[in-house]
Amino acid sequence: MKTTALQTSAKNLSPKQTAQKILLPAERLEQVASWGGATQSVSYVYRPATVEALSDVFTLARRSDRNVGLRGGGNSYGDAALNSENIILDLRRMNRILEWNPDSGVIRVEPGVTLAELWQYIIEDGWWPPVATGTSFTTMGGSAAMNVHGKNAWQAGPIGDHILEFDLMMSSGEIITCNRTENRDVFYAAIGGFGMLGVFTSLTLQMKRIYSGLLDVETCVQADLDDMFAYFHENVAHSNYIVGWIDSLAAGQTVGRGDVHRANYLPEGADPNPSQTLRLENQHLGPNLFGVMPRSIMWLFMRPMMRDTGMRFVNRGKYLAGRFGGMKRYRQPHAQFHFLLDYIPDWKRAYQPGGLIQYQPFIPKETAADAFREILELCQRRGLPNYLTVLKRHKPDEFLMSYAVDGFSMAMDFRVTTENRRRVVWLARELDQIVINAGGRFYFAKDSTLRPETAATYLGEATIARFRDLKQQCDPENILQTDLWRRIFAVA
Amino acid sequence: MSSTNPFTTRPLEPQPRAIVIGASSGLGAALVRRLAAQGYRVAALARREAELAALRDQVTGAGGRSTVLPYVHDVTDTELVPSLFDQVTQDLGGLDLIIYCAAVQPPVDLHEYNFKKDQAMLRTNLLGAVAWLNQAAIRFERAKSGRIAGISSIAGDRGRVGSPVYNTSKAGLDAYLEALRNRLSRHGVAVTTVKPGFIDTELLKNAPRTFWVISPDEAAAQTLAAINARKQVVYVPPRWRLVSLVVRAMPSVIFRRLNF
Repeated sequence: MKTTALQTSAKNLSPKQTAQKILLPAERLEQVASWGGATQSVSYVYRPATVEALSDVFTLARRSDRNVGLRGGGNSYGDAALNSENIILDLRRMNRILEWNPDSGVIRVEPGVTLAELWQYIIEDGWWPPVATGTSFTTMGGSAAMNVHGKNAWQAGPIGDHILEFDLMMSSGEIITCNRTENRDVFYAAIGGFGMLGVFTSLTLQMKRIYSGLLDVETCVQADLDDMFAYFHENVAHSNYIVGWIDSLAAGQTVGRGDVHRANYLPEGADPNPSQTLRLENQHLGPNLFGVMPRSIMWLFMRPMMRDTGMRFVNRGKYLAGRFGGMKRYRQPHAQFHFLLDYIPDWKRAYQPGGLIQYQPFIPKETAADAFREILELCQRRGLPNYLTVLKRHKPDEFLMSYAVDGFSMAMDFRVTTENRRRVVWLARELDQIVINAGGRFYFAKDSTLRPETAATYLGEATIARFRDLKQQCDPENILQTDLWRRIFAVA
Repeated sequence: MSSTNPFTTRPLEPQPRAIVIGASSGLGAALVRRLAAQGYRVAALARREAELAALRDQVTGAGGRSTVLPYVHDVTDTELVPSLFDQVTQDLGGLDLIIYCAAVQPPVDLHEYNFKKDQAMLRTNLLGAVAWLNQAAIRFERAKSGRIAGISSIAGDRGRVGSPVYNTSKAGLDAYLEALRNRLSRHGVAVTTVKPGFIDTELLKNAPRTFWVISPDEAAAQTLAAINARKQVVYVPPRWRLVSLVVRAMPSVIFRRLNF
């Protein structure tokens, strides 16, 4: 491995060695951005549609002396699906649904199938994905690699808890089947293994039975962070979904105030007409917002709001509207409840040109309230308030690189500009310290700022060593890499 | 495998990356030093290994590690350029800026027609630039960003009795850079033509009369300022633009009687 400039220069002194390696065609070069748009990279992008073509990319990588990063829907906020100057394997064309059993709710899909394709395929049979992320543009391969969660994480766990089995292509091209008994170690490490062990070529998942296309939803406001936590505490036992929206610009006594959305599945028989509510056409988000505003251009109108005063106005307005309206109960289609982020397509464009990052720490329930208050107040003190803050409840899981805790997570969106980049980096370091002191963890799907030493602290050296061992077994030549892998785990 | 680049990338702490061709001395070396001081990772390419190594050792980045990667390369080996460009960008972990400043100017007297010397000038000053900057153009067009700069010369403004082929090489470079600019500006890529007057470098030792001489470091500072401002054509120092105006406006009936 060449690591120093000296060796690099020595290598260049022998042009023969350079000549042996094949050059990848420049036509494959594309600019690949992080989802939040705060980082761009240039990569050779390949989009295989078959397992054979997928395996060819690994051969090509070896011959061209490049490594390979996996990418699905590209919804990771940071650099988890970026691989600067190397190969990006975009798996979205491997998007077939391979098997579906409407009696058992077991489905086998290729990695490029999106959550939208999945739920639309199964809902009319009375099933719903057991774990749904806030956007439905994510692929199932990416969801498994990041081990994503939904608004029911304390109950349903991450997506990995519902994966029965998968086929994994290793960088050698060999495919192995992994489940809870066969290749058990790889099963628990590849889920949540951010694409470092291999490519999921098929995933078998258990879906969740539903008896209506609607959810019973309750929304109300909480006056501060203590009320917010109290609400979660009172309601987790008899709810299926809870999500809190915190007005992160509220200060002083009102730190942590915000809205809560809580939802429950309808029990069998509660919906008088399930065959209608389960119909696809009754799930869709309409094309217009408030009946008139085309959703596709909403981001344009959001753009001027994307500064502290604008967001203060929006957050306060949302809170006051909620308080004024009082507690509301209504029934809402699953898709509308879950995919709030899809309501306004391309809303991230409102953050251009600098983009946004998300910071989402996971903190045990004993320390969460204090830590989150400290975090919210520190962001305000540093003049970097976040614009959208989402609170969720979690439970621990058995996956090797787990981010989950018996506690809460708080996802915070930060606007990035050329001027504030450095300050955001410093703020993240300060926040990391609060999270680590509170016994917290981090989530690679959202991360842009984590440092190797912080990861080593929360994951533990033994876990990282175990993961490295498995990577060595599955990918001995270290062909699978991403910018995130090099940033957090590359050996110095 | 060896494709790990020596640098890691942090999403919010991007480190710009540059290639300087013709980096072992003069303006090229000064550009490398200044770019490194501005936080760039720089690939420094030149024929002379010892000078390159010295340059690398002079420039020490944060953490005591040099941010300069030296590559020994002769720009007349144009067939090596695609693979070397590929490797250099991989080693740097990307590319934001490329500056071509390799040039030779052997002494030529008023009555001399020496094809060997002429060919050497065209190969180094013009063909090498085309070989390298073509690669950058392909890449930057696809990446929809990037900056290209070529160090041309006021000598490219007219064909003079004293240096027919040197003038030709620089005039050719001017036209090539202008064409690149016209091709690439629609893709968000800026191309800057830098036209220095006299800089206190090795090239100058063959010049008969010199004036307004500036140091390589000063020339590098002005060059980088122009590149950062996405200027199209810049004279270094700026007063040469006036000289150029006069020289280019001068009717041939006068110009062909001058002995410079």
